[in-house]
Amino acid sequence: MNRSLATAALVAAALSMSACQSKAPETLPPQPASPTAPAQSAGPEPGSYAHFKSVLGERDVIYFDTDRFNIDSQDAAALQAQAQWLLQYAGTRATIEGHCDERGTRDYNLALGERRANSAKNYLVSLGVPAERISTISYGKERPVALGSNEGSWARNRRAVTITVN
Amino acid sequence: MKKLIFALFMASAAPLVAQTEVAGTAGGGDAAASSPATAEDDGGLTGSVSDEKAWQDLGIAIPGFSTDADRGTAASAGGTAALGKEVARVITADLRNNGLFLPVGPDALPQPTYPDITAPAWQTWAGRNADMLVQGYVNAAPNGTLTIGCYLYDVQLQSELVRGGWTLQPADWRRGAHKCADLVYSRLSGESPFFDSKIAYIAETGPKDNRTKQLAIMDSDGANHRFITTGQATALTPRYSPDYQSIVYLSYLNGNPRIYIYDIAAATQKLVTQSENPTFAPRWSPDGKSILYSMAVNGNTDIYRVSANGGPSTRLTDTPGIDVGGSYSPDGTKIVFESDRSGSQQVYVMNADGTNQRRISFFGGRAATPEWSPRGDQIAFTHMVGNFRIATMNPDGRGLTYLTNSWQDEAPTWAPNGRIVQFFRTERNSGKTSLWQLDLTGRNLRRLRTPVDASDPAWGPVLP
Repeated sequence: MNRSLATAALVAAALSMSACQSKAPETLPPQPASPTAPAQSAGPEPGSYAHFKSVLGERDVIYFDTDRFNIDSQDAAALQAQAQWLLQYAGTRATIEGHCDERGTRDYNLALGERRANSAKNYLVSLGVPAERISTISYGKERPVALGSNEGSWARNRRAVTITVN
Repeated sequence: MKKLIFALFMASAAPLVAQTEVAGTAGGGDAAASSPATAEDDGGLTGSVSDEKAWQDLGIAIPGFSTDADRGTAASAGGTAALGKEVARVITADLRNNGLFLPVGPDALPQPTYPDITAPAWQTWAGRNADMLVQGYVNAAPNGTLTIGCYLYDVQLQSELVRGGWTLQPADWRRGAHKCADLVYSRLSGESPFFDSKIAYIAETGPKDNRTKQLAIMDSDGANHRFITTGQATALTPRYSPDYQSIVYLSYLNGNPRIYIYDIAAATQKLVTQSENPTFAPRWSPDGKSILYSMAVNGNTDIYRVSANGGPSTRLTDTPGIDVGGSYSPDGTKIVFESDRSGSQQVYVMNADGTNQRRISFFGGRAATPEWSPRGDQIAFTHMVGNFRIATMNPDGRGLTYLTNSWQDEAPTWAPNGRIVQFFRTERNSGKTSLWQLDLTGRNLRRLRTPVDASDPAWGPVLP
């Protein structure tokens, strides 16, 4: 009972916040003068890595099960979004980093990271992104993002990360 | 019991006397060379000789080495007399740190005179309950070179068991001490020497998500430590060449993982292969003429061989799975490697040309990083069932024996005599790493002292 009340309160707060946000522009006073709209330059430049990140959000990373490198439906959705962006900005290149969790031996993890990065690359290529625009690199278990020694951390470290350059 | 062992030593002592060249003589010449064998009759070989700890329990006195004249030397601020004491300390530490015998060093013992070296003061040592006595000398020649002589005596039998001598540059004086420790160890245990050898490894610093990894080298006892690379590029998985002239390793120099040969004397390095693809897991052949490596092409990793001088590579494996690593049998005819072609990492053996590939690990879990013993009789590897444990098996996959049980022990490497296994241990959560070793009996587990965290050890052969 308490929880549902709290949830209701949260939802209400969220609604009112989003209402505020969507409302906010209307209540803004008109731009003073400057014709070189600064609002435009405040956002990331289209085609830049910052732009890729802002468009993709969390979908620049896909995750894998232990010792696996297959693309599941969640991965596929993320890669489709990446492909869409890469096809839109044809002058960009992408590097896919393959990573593993710490619970593997070093050499094997280098190979496994390469296999994961290539899985992601092959999927992007299947969606029409030219293969020569995508490179791969494996870091094995050398660059974890989650630092614990537990399943939660390991799951976050078994990943392929897409990075773009102009 | 002890008497029996001494008698056995005695019987085999005579032919071994001239085994090593003794460069230079001590005191009044070599008069004391092996008195005629008068092995005591202890009533026949009726007792059991199964207690292998007997030789481990021998008390060995190692007083300071003497000198013919206390001369200045680049090896020590205190001249050859002080250096002699230091040599005895190094020998003592070698034996003690490896759990070998019961050594007593020079700081607790009387200092023999130079003539004593070949004519031990038996009563002094017998009164101290020393079973064995190691004496020696350090002499400096006018040109600065050092001669280190080493004598092993059986105190009870009052006879010399073995002697050796080595002429060295001052900077290499510790090698004389290691050679002496090797001589003593080999003579008393019957095993091959291992102290006069080096270790290459990766020195680690920094937080878990941004480790700096440098190539580093040190002697087998941790002395003469040196960082080879600066750490700007991540370095991994080094292996000393059999002649110690170079190290093959993986570097992320220029951003991509590739294997390089680093020339130690010249301080230069070169790519092993020109490749668009990542190359990793390099290993030398026993003769140092070729290098095994792994290369991923379109995500698929296989094992290749290339001449250490470069040129075309030969592909040895060809499966859709990951085939990686590899370690030659000491005679160079076979290679043990790991593959996940069956669905999980397992250990396989093939002929050196890639033919006759067959799985040898069938005991559940994952089996990785196989390393063939320099003696040829065992394969050390990482066995992963929950914890990562160092284990050994016979080359046919039988005889699984666990050596460690910790959260994550990985990547065994063999002492040159195949009696000790070294590996690295990763600490849960912190990710801190350290080098450890233990002998094949599972005894004498100890951590090696390194200046910073350490991983990927690779023990080289005994220096000639």
